[in-house]
Formats: sequence, structure tokens, C-alpha cells
Amino acid sequence: MKHHPKISIRGLYKAFGPKVVLDGLDLDVGVAESMVVIGGSGTGKSVLLKCVLGLLEPESGSIKIDGVEVLGMPTSEREKINRKFGMLFQGAALFDSLAVWENVAFGLIRAQGVDRIAAKRIAIENLASVGLRPEVGELSPAELSGGMKKRVALARAVATKPEIIFFDEPTTGLDPIMSDVIDKLIVKCVHELGATALSITHDMGSARKIAHRVAMLHMGKIIWQGPVAGIDRSGNPYVDQFINGRAEGPIQMQVRA
Amino acid sequence: MNPLATLGRVFIGFMQVAGRISLFTFVAVSHCLRPPWYPQLIGRQMLDIGYFSLPVVGLTSLFTGMVLALQSYTGFARFSAEGAVATVVVLSMTRELGPVIAGLMVAGRIGASMAAEIGTMRVTEQIDALSTLATNPFKYLVAPRLIAGLTMLPLLVIVADVIGVFGGYLVGVYKLNFNPAAYLKRTFDFLEFIDVFSGLVKAGAFGFIISLMGCYHGYHSEGGAQGVGRATTNAVVSASILLLVFNYGITEIFFATR
Ligand SMILES: Nc1ncnc2c1ncn2[C@@H]1O[C@H](COP(=O)(O)OP(=O)(O)O)[C@@H](O)[C@H]1O
Ligand SMILES: [Mg+2]
Repeated sequence: MKHHPKISIRGLYKAFGPKVVLDGLDLDVGVAESMVVIGGSGTGKSVLLKCVLGLLEPESGSIKIDGVEVLGMPTSEREKINRKFGMLFQGAALFDSLAVWENVAFGLIRAQGVDRIAAKRIAIENLASVGLRPEVGELSPAELSGGMKKRVALARAVATKPEIIFFDEPTTGLDPIMSDVIDKLIVKCVHELGATALSITHDMGSARKIAHRVAMLHMGKIIWQGPVAGIDRSGNPYVDQFINGRAEGPIQMQVRA
Repeated sequence: MNPLATLGRVFIGFMQVAGRISLFTFVAVSHCLRPPWYPQLIGRQMLDIGYFSLPVVGLTSLFTGMVLALQSYTGFARFSAEGAVATVVVLSMTRELGPVIAGLMVAGRIGASMAAEIGTMRVTEQIDALSTLATNPFKYLVAPRLIAGLTMLPLLVIVADVIGVFGGYLVGVYKLNFNPAAYLKRTFDFLEFIDVFSGLVKAGAFGFIISLMGCYHGYHSEGGAQGVGRATTNAVVSASILLLVFNYGITEIFFATR
């Protein structure tokens, strides 16, 4: 049997009206690999994840999951494929009409048909694994701090034991210590599940901790990719400018949009 | 500015919106008809639309019935037909004002809150999160609201009819000095099944329209808090307009089958 990458993206093209966001993007993520995509704000990193998840419809290109083309797939089959995914959203995206534990148990109850009592037990375990006490489970998401929300969202993303997990800027807006906590939790969860991870960040510290490989997105394309260890010797001026955070360099920030 | 071009653009824009709403309606209805259904979610919406709207709908229809008695008395007194007041009140309430008043009140109350809730879920990516947790947002958010709107509005309108007629009775008996028994007899003597039935058909349609507009505008809201605000306004305004348009349409259908 041929070995497929877990996720294989070819020539992905996505535009919003006249604005081209992804312009022929190619990217492979191997089985149980942790890939981190870096890139400036507004370069289309979230759009990339949403295209793979089927939340946005790209204009053209190919996305294969386990070697199966998912673009243009009928909705019912697409929903089955989606059960392989877990996603941590940039803003946590917790359901604020539900208690914290119900958020974590949501996928278990809806997708896997686990009954509420068992699901609650699993949810409490998941909360514990991200360092939250059982009492937190009874709170409403509105009562949580930013760091706690991210941790709950992380617990929710991994609760169904997905094969593929996406993390969209998991540490943005958190203090350095909480960032480190989240990074460690991500590494731990991904390792324990043996999952394939695709993360997005513009926090280089975080990228170095969670990545096996790093890819840089610029102007709708992956302009560089390689193992995380080689990132300081990439020889790519764009990557150098980005990881050192310099205003001067080949990447021109559009100050005036 | 070329006026013809402007006209064309407006027309195309209108057709686009009409197409999007039709598609949304089609998908939403197809989810209403196919399992799984979520009984607790439907129940919660029914409670919200039906039970918690009772005070608003009750008060507005009470005063509507009361003013109807006074105004029709003024009119009919001019050709000595005061006796028709009770009949006019009950026919106006059941055929027309019960559904319209309840519909407009619920549009303000429920249409707005649906659009705000779903709109907030959209801009905070909660709707995207639903899909990634193997839950179809149409099934989870839209279908329960449509089902609840469609079923609860007729029940609310029955209450509105009764309270409105009662308001007319209060004014008729205590202010206009009708004999209570005669007023009640006049109320029911000329009331036909079709009067109440046509009102309930309207109510069902209105409930559906209100939920549909609330969900549609919420679902398609974008651009943060401001976008949600816009969605809320659009939901209420479009539901109110459509409601009055359909009100005329349904009335005409029943008029033709008299
Ligand atoms: N639903 C949308 N409609 C229109 N434009 C969008 C939409 N989503 C994203 N964009 C645009 O696509 C670009 C990339 O967005 P995004 O992927 O969120 O950036 P980031 O890399 O910071 O995650 C932005 O310029 C944004 O304005
Ligand atoms: Mg983003």
C-alpha cells in the first residue's frame, strides 16, 4: 500500500471578491507530524485551515485527507471526514449557552453518541488534563479568563480523540507563562493521541516548542518549509525577517491598506 | 450616475438576496423534515417564543380589542348599527389583528434576539465550531427555531384572539353599556370557523417568516458587533415587511375561496 501524507494540499486558490488570499498553495503534513504555519497577520492562515475543514469553499485546487480528495465531496461524506478533525479556534469559540463541561462533551454527545453521564465524566477528565478543576466544568464560558477559555477549547478539541488537530493561534493574547502552559499542553495532547497537528502562529517561541516542521505563508504561497531546527539557517530572507521581527526587509507591511 | 445602471444594480442586488434567502429556506426546511431532531432545543425555543411572549402579546391584544370596540362604535353609531360592534370586534381580531399584532410583537422580540444570538455565534466562530464538532448548524440552530416559530405563533394567536375579544367585551359592557349576554351572543352568532382558521394559517406563516429572517440575518452577519447590530435591525424590519405582504397575500387567497 502506498503511503499517503495525512493532509496533502495542492494548488489551493481562494479569493474573496477581487482579493486573492491563497494563490496556489502547496503543503503536505505527514502522519503524526506537527506542522506549524507561520506568517504575518492577514496572510490567510486561518483561511487555509477553514478551507481544509470545509468551512470555506476554495475556488480551485486539491485537498486530500488520507489520500482522499475532499473538495467537491457530497456534504454527508464530508461530515464523516470532519469527524477526524479537532479544531482550536483563534477566539476559543466556546458555546456560551452551554456550561463548560457541556462544551467539552459536545462532540462526544453529538458525534459519538456517548450518553450524558459518561460524557460528563470524560469531559471532567479532559478538563483535568488541561489543569482545570471539576468545579470549572459547571461554570459558563463567560465566567472564564482568556487563558482558561483557551484551555477549555483545547480540551474540547481533543475530547473526541481526533486524528488531526488544528490550532489557530493558540497562544495569541496570552501572557508568556500561560503561553508556555498552552504550548506544553498541545505537545502533550498531540503526543498522547498520536495525532497529526497543523498549527498556526506568529509567536516564534511557541512555534519552536510545538513544531516538528515549519512552513511560512506569504502572499498566498508557502515560500519556505523545513524542520524547526533549521529555521535559523533557512537562508530565506523572508523567514529571517519574520523570525527576527524586523520592520525592514523583503516583506513590506502594508501600513496603508 | 447613470440612473438605468443604478436601477439595474438595485435589481440585481435584490435578485441576489432573494436567491440567497430561497436557498437558505430550502436547506433549512429540508433539515426540518429529516432526522435527527433535537427535542430539547425545539422545546427551549417554543418556551421562548410561546410562553415568554404571552405578556407582550396579551397586553397589546387587550388594548387592541378595547380600542376596536370604541372605534367601531363611533363608526356604526353614525348609521345606527351599534349592535354590530361585537361582531366587528371578533371578526377583526380573529381574521386580522390577532395575527398581525402578535406577529409584529414577536418579530420585535424574537426576530431580534434570534438574529443577535446567531449573529454573535457567527462572528465569534461558534457556528464554525459546531461544524467541526460534527453538528450541522442548520439542524442545531435553524431547524428548532423554524419549527418553534411555525407551531407557537398559532397558539399565541388563539390567546391573542381570546384576550382581544375580551377587551372588546370590557369596553362594550362597561363603557358602552351593552347587555353582557347580548354582546356575547353577537360575538359568537356570526363567527365562522374560517375566520379563526384563516387567522391561524396567517399566524403559522408569520411565525415561520419571523424565525427565518432572524436565522437568515444572524447566520449571514459579518463584521463584529456592528454587523450583529445590523443583522438584528434587518431581521426585524424584513420580518415586519414580509409579514404584512404575506398578510395581504393570505387574506386574498381566503377572500377568493369565500
Ligand atoms: N469571510 C471572509 N470574507 C472576506 N474576507 C475574508 C474572510 N475571511 C478572511 N478574509 C480576508 O482574508 C485575509 C486573510 O484572513 P485570515 O486568514 O483570517 O488571516 P490570518 O493569517 O491573520 O489568520 C484577510 O485579509 C481577511 O480580510
Ligand atoms: Mg487568523
